[in-house]
Amino acid sequence: MIDVLQSIIPTALFFSAPLIFTALGGVFSERSGVVNIGLEGLMVMGAFVGIVFNLTFADALGGWTPWISIIVATFVGAIFSIIHAVASVSFRADQVVSGVAINFLALGLGVYLTKQWYGKGQTEMVSQPFFSNDIPFLSDIPIIGPMFFKGVYTTSYIAILFAVIAWYILYKTPFGLRLRSVGEHPMAADTNGINVYKMRYIAVIISGALGGLGGSVFALTIASNFSHSTIVGQGFISLAAVIFGKWHPLGALGAALFFGLAQSLSVVSSSVPFLASVPDIFLLIAPYVLTILALAGFIGRADAPKANGVPYIKGTR
Amino acid sequence: MRKNWTLLLALLLSVGMVLAACGGGADKEEETKDADKGEEETTTDFKVAMVTDIGGVDDKSFNQSAWEGLKAWGEEHGIEEKKGFDYAQSNDKADYMPNLTRLIRDEYNMIFAIGFELKEDLNKVAKQYPDTHFAIVDDVVEQDNVASINFKEHQGSFLVGVAAAMKTKTNKVGFVGGVDSPLISKFESGFIAGVKSVNPDIEVDVQYAESFGAADKGKVIASNMYNNDIDVIYHASGGTGNGVFNEAKDLKKNDPDRDIWVIGVDRDQHEEGQIGDHNVTLTSMVKRVDVAVHDLSNKAMNGEHHGGEVLEYGLEEDAINVATTNEDAMTQDIIDAVEDWKEKILSGDIEVPKTREETEKFLEAL
Repeated sequence: MIDVLQSIIPTALFFSAPLIFTALGGVFSERSGVVNIGLEGLMVMGAFVGIVFNLTFADALGGWTPWISIIVATFVGAIFSIIHAVASVSFRADQVVSGVAINFLALGLGVYLTKQWYGKGQTEMVSQPFFSNDIPFLSDIPIIGPMFFKGVYTTSYIAILFAVIAWYILYKTPFGLRLRSVGEHPMAADTNGINVYKMRYIAVIISGALGGLGGSVFALTIASNFSHSTIVGQGFISLAAVIFGKWHPLGALGAALFFGLAQSLSVVSSSVPFLASVPDIFLLIAPYVLTILALAGFIGRADAPKANGVPYIKGTR
Repeated sequence: MRKNWTLLLALLLSVGMVLAACGGGADKEEETKDADKGEEETTTDFKVAMVTDIGGVDDKSFNQSAWEGLKAWGEEHGIEEKKGFDYAQSNDKADYMPNLTRLIRDEYNMIFAIGFELKEDLNKVAKQYPDTHFAIVDDVVEQDNVASINFKEHQGSFLVGVAAAMKTKTNKVGFVGGVDSPLISKFESGFIAGVKSVNPDIEVDVQYAESFGAADKGKVIASNMYNNDIDVIYHASGGTGNGVFNEAKDLKKNDPDRDIWVIGVDRDQHEEGQIGDHNVTLTSMVKRVDVAVHDLSNKAMNGEHHGGEVLEYGLEEDAINVATTNEDAMTQDIIDAVEDWKEKILSGDIEVPKTREETEKFLEAL
């Protein structure tokens, strides 16, 4: 049993990390009342920028390359998401349509530029991806050490840390209260002197930054190159994690970890006695079935922010 | 007011599409021009061309390999590029049809469609132009003027299975498949047969990612396999295999003394396995599309057409190979063993299985 956990948990951790970052982005955006279907596109952008930057500067920056790559991808993700913010906040466009536009645009742009710059449909593999490592001292703890601290990616722990920080920002700071109030009742927030548009802009840009970060972490820990099929569906899984986690940062963290766990369980199950008889397919669909059940209200009520998806028009009631 | 913004969004959406399509535009014009020129100055009366799939002619995979085959054919007969042979690059699935018809209009006698993605379009075109000869790689099109080029992947998989069996120290090896399908089970069957032929006690763990593009799934599977003491993994899973390489390199980076290997597929994946001074790519099962294209072009030139037939290229034609680029890993005794088994396959002593049922029978007979 311990053996099984020791093989499941590290894989679940690295699988979840990109989902956690992106889902946190989704939480910020949706908490402020802007639906963000564009998470997938933001991840594509992040993955593309992360890989291109890494390939270009690997020789100059050496071991620091992956870290600087994800920072650059974060910035580009933030800038890219401004398109979504302008369309859905200032121009009050349908937020779902705008999100879909982001998805198309990111993939089109990424693949187009890859072809222009590298002359083929996919990039080379990067020479400086993230590598897993053992955390000193902690990995020597019996049982728990190998489970959580041996052969892990630092990015996985940064993701978990980010979730806690996001929770603190959203629930313990005035900024977070304002951001949430804008998503629940923008008019009330507006009458209290909160600039609804500004808050929503900030929230969408944060979601872009985190989406870009998630995409680049995926690319640099898992895929190692960029092609049209590098990001296929991870953004939507993150969106599902936002909903399954009830629009709460720690909930989204739990949901993303659970998705990772289910994924690695479906692979490991063949070597686990009591799971061997369960067909893979059930474990594979478990996260999605649970998301649907959560939405259908079986697992407590999933309360979406009240003004989620509704553009705010100043002065209307 | 609102309508305007919806319009803007629609515009944004279309920009994405246009951008994606744009890339092809410039190239195509250029190609058309070149092709026209070719028509004017043709010296031989036999012309061969190929249509790539979206991988493009420099994909380091079967498109590139096919183009190299055509170039070799041209060299053999002293024909210059663009004059007697040419390629049409497809940047999008929508390009297949126009590319095929353009080459037909340019009066190419033999046209290769590279990859199963072109199957449907070729099916339509072949019906419309019964006088042109076609060939498709990696799939079967049942038309009287289309030859279908298939490869005996099971033979190559058998030989890399032999290499894996010689290399493993833990007596456990793994197979990662893309999508469970008749094509990939050829790889699986051949590999299992190869491993067990060397040592029936070696365990083979078979896992399918159910996708050719899921690097994350590939990495999870590889991580689990290496955790369970498997030390050699053969992948036949396209982009999913990137995750397998990634995991192997990660483990190797952290512990350079650990003996773990990946076996590549379709082409020599030596480059993918490089990590610092080490390389985790033991060998690769190489499909020589160029050999098949070259051979079939020659046959067609001599008036020998194989329309409606399925041509199987394998070890006999030298169209299936085992890479020996990693000299540190592929030691002489492994290469010798692989050669031995290759002889046995060529002489017909063993019939490599290509389905699971055949594998079962093969293993019982061992």
